[in-house]
Amino acid sequence: MALSRTQLTVGDTHEQVVVDGLTRTQIVQYAGASGDYNPLHTDEVFATQVAGYPSVFAHGMLTMGLTGHMLTDYVGDGRLVEYGGRFMAQVWPGDTLTARSEVTGFDTRNGSDCVELAVRTVNQSGDEVFRGTAVARIDP
Amino acid sequence: MAAERFPVESGHVMMFARAIGDPNPIYVDPDYAATTEVGHVIAPPTFVQASAQFDPDYPLRPKIGERWFGSGSSAGAAPPARSGSGSGGGSGTGLHAEQHYEYHRHVRPGDVLSAVTREGRSWEREGRRGGTLSFRESITEYRDQNGELVVTARGVGVRTSRTVEGD
Repeated sequence: MALSRTQLTVGDTHEQVVVDGLTRTQIVQYAGASGDYNPLHTDEVFATQVAGYPSVFAHGMLTMGLTGHMLTDYVGDGRLVEYGGRFMAQVWPGDTLTARSEVTGFDTRNGSDCVELAVRTVNQSGDEVFRGTAVARIDP
Repeated sequence: MAAERFPVESGHVMMFARAIGDPNPIYVDPDYAATTEVGHVIAPPTFVQASAQFDPDYPLRPKIGERWFGSGSSAGAAPPARSGSGSGGGSGTGLHAEQHYEYHRHVRPGDVLSAVTREGRSWEREGRRGGTLSFRESITEYRDQNGELVVTARGVGVRTSRTVEGD
């Protein structure tokens, strides 16, 4: 279901819980799918005893992938033109993440109407873990 | 992440979609996908990161016959210094700081992509908790079997001499 320019206003928001209590197994699942087997993400012994972290933590790209789920649910499949951002804080096992987008403007890309979005993902404490932007093609 | 040949396979796309917790059938079901505007299965927007699987030199994958730095009979060892290029990510004290994608079209199973990475800018700044943070940008172009640009990725990795606590 694509978004339409006539239905959108600057300031419109969409919000979605993209993971409810992140498990170590899901982090491992992401390691296997992405090919990033960094023991900081997959190996509690290494992460705590060698690297000095309180536990393993999620790949930044897992957070970005989870956040992308919110975006594609909102803008529709195959509609993203740009998506990017910064990893603001680590995501730990047990975290619940809520991803939110806000319409910041409109533009055209290659002759197509597009919406510009600010993207922000927070954990259960309200701490920002990902902050970015996206551009998606919309219907007129 | 450099990969000469990154074949996009439907099983891999399915595993990736599961890993990011996205049940959208556009990623797995060709019959459903045929009824959509897109018309075929596509990969989730961050899928190209999985080109790491096809990078022969990717440092964050155990390699047959080589010692891995994670735990086994010991807790593991400080990781080897990261060298070469990478679309963000990192090892040891290196972490992924930023990632940006530009989609020229969406990747689909059956595509055979190539990924060529070049170094971008590099800069330093003082960390909030002390120490110097060194940032390094890399740009990866994913092209399809016809040489057409599919995705442009820009990653930024950061290294510090100290454990990074969400900086």
